[in-house]
Amino acid sequence: MSETPVLAVKDLSKQIGEKNILNGINFSLEQGQVLSIFGPNGAGKTTLLKILSTVIDSSEGEVLFEGRIKEKKAVDISKDIGVISHSTFLYDDLTAYENLEFYGQLYEVEDLKERIFTVIEKVGLSFCVHDLVRTFSRGMKQRLSIARAILHLPQLLLLDEPYTGLDQHAVEMLNVLLSNLAMAQRTVVMVTHNFEQGLKLSDKFLILVEGSIVFAGASEDFSLAELQTKYKELLGD
Amino acid sequence: MDSDNKLEFILVWLTFLVTSLAIYMVFIYAPTERVMGDVQRLFYFHVATAWIAFAAFFVVFIASIVYLKNQSSLANILGLASAEIGVLFTTMVLITGPLWARPIWNAWWTWDPRLTTTLILWFIYIAYILIRISAEESEKRGRLAAVFGIVGFINVPIVFMSIRWWRSIHPQVVSGGSFDLDPRMLHALLTSVAAFTLIYLYLLQKRFKVELLQEKLKDIKETLRKQKHI
Amino acid sequence: MDFLKKVKVLAGKDLKLEFRTKEMLSSMLVFSFIVIVVFGFVFDPVGQDLDELFPGIIWVAFIFSGILCLNRSFIAEKENNSLQGLLLCPGDSSIIYFGKLIANLVLMLIMEVISLPLFIVLFDYSLAGSLLQLAAVLFLGSLGFISIGTFLAALTANTKSSEILLPVILFPIIVPVIIGAVEATGVVLTAGDSAELRAWLKLLVVYDLIFIVVPFMLFEFLLEV
Repeated sequence: MSETPVLAVKDLSKQIGEKNILNGINFSLEQGQVLSIFGPNGAGKTTLLKILSTVIDSSEGEVLFEGRIKEKKAVDISKDIGVISHSTFLYDDLTAYENLEFYGQLYEVEDLKERIFTVIEKVGLSFCVHDLVRTFSRGMKQRLSIARAILHLPQLLLLDEPYTGLDQHAVEMLNVLLSNLAMAQRTVVMVTHNFEQGLKLSDKFLILVEGSIVFAGASEDFSLAELQTKYKELLGD
Repeated sequence: MDSDNKLEFILVWLTFLVTSLAIYMVFIYAPTERVMGDVQRLFYFHVATAWIAFAAFFVVFIASIVYLKNQSSLANILGLASAEIGVLFTTMVLITGPLWARPIWNAWWTWDPRLTTTLILWFIYIAYILIRISAEESEKRGRLAAVFGIVGFINVPIVFMSIRWWRSIHPQVVSGGSFDLDPRMLHALLTSVAAFTLIYLYLLQKRFKVELLQEKLKDIKETLRKQKHI
Repeated sequence: MDFLKKVKVLAGKDLKLEFRTKEMLSSMLVFSFIVIVVFGFVFDPVGQDLDELFPGIIWVAFIFSGILCLNRSFIAEKENNSLQGLLLCPGDSSIIYFGKLIANLVLMLIMEVISLPLFIVLFDYSLAGSLLQLAAVLFLGSLGFISIGTFLAALTANTKSSEILLPVILFPIIVPVIIGAVEATGVVLTAGDSAELRAWLKLLVVYDLIFIVVPFMLFEFLLEV
């Protein structure tokens, strides 16, 4: 436990205009840990992920990535981050291969061709590498978007509502992938509304309400029912 | 009376007095121009509104840069208010211009560089206001408008130069309109500029107040909505 | 060099997508063609003023159909939110601007090269000037239009009425390009005064430079989400 955490967030705040979106967020993650973030709409979950993914800057506080301070568009850091969102970020009129090739070039992935076939096999899409994404089902697209996110071997994986719009089969698929990733010592931060999956997969979780962490705990200490009761209680219903 | 209201009180009365003085200077104190006659008196308002409009757009430019630097809501409102007043004054310039031109040049409009640039300027800042209307969140609205406020202002001298070159090639239909400025005319002009500067400041201050009240109202509505859990 | 390579990757992706569907290019071509035909009805095409009208007509057609392409360029990235995916990639966000600029410019130039001969045939116009000079004018004019147009398309893509807004905010800004391009084309087509041509080309070059540098500096503010 003495080594530098993969991700450390210290007193992070974000104001947009006059509004406080995030206030004094603190947490840290060791390598291979999975963190789930729960919270109602408008709690600032997506903003937090955007800051973690270097798309926007924080107003105050800092984010340390393997001890390095993260700034907006820090090239070396954004190379080490993969994002899976409910939007796929894919181009429908390109084939699966071309999509991955495009993103791979932007991430400067080495031995790109080989790497593409490796990840495509991993997500089980080898049978349609050269098909247009337009012809894919929702679940297949989501799988390809997972391949896209892990293509450049990111140290940290950020997931923004990955379960939205997935069928049961695809959910299981995603779970298997995520636990594989955790075993491969990849650190994961996941924002979700899905308490069941979020709790099952994570090592710790936190609940975000109106931009502040109102509760944090270790996932193994809570059952799904306990978490849901706690959540309702915190929202003040 | 708090200091805010006191300031407004002084501003209102100062504006009233200087504007009255300007009206006196323009219509009574300044001599009638020999060639153009009484219609020349439009010139005092025309030139004064034009100058203030340009100044207002310069303020938009500065406010835009400040806003992009530090996201201050003050700069945001200043940009908006100044652009709106600038468009209002430019509209007055574009109306008084043809009214004056018709009897003097025998044409409502001429594609003279200054006139045409003013017209383009009017379009640019109407576009600026449209951007503000079309963006949803207030932060984004300010940011996009500020970017356009900078691009639009940088564009103005290029527009002016290009139109001047363009005119220098095509035959000039009418030219001139210059006259010897009597010292009393200059006094009237300066008073008029002072009056419109004060009107600009007064409108600016009012616009600020309206905007701040609107924001306050929005906050109250949001708090109420949260309390009712809707 | 990384910067240029990524710009190339981005522009290449856009062009690959376009050549696969040819949606945009075909609409642009048909539209510019229609505009010209409409002008044919409005102004008597066998009239004597063709030298005066022709440069203006072709640039109006080019710019109208260019707007189609600009309007799509960032809206297309909203499908599947791929713009966000691009922003996540390492590197400066102006890479996205230059990638889009190049892709749009290539489409615009292809459209011009195909439609111009058609216009000349339709109006039975006799070309007097040099083709090389004409190419330079077309390139510089299109570059100015596309560079600021791509920038403002990114701006309007963030608003709720983007397709309506873009032409309204773009036209006042491109007045110098329209004047410069039309006048220069006029000089070239009639093999006119070369000093005059140089002056107009200078205007276009200055405009192009300013409106590549300014968007380069301000682009990051447009894509912040």
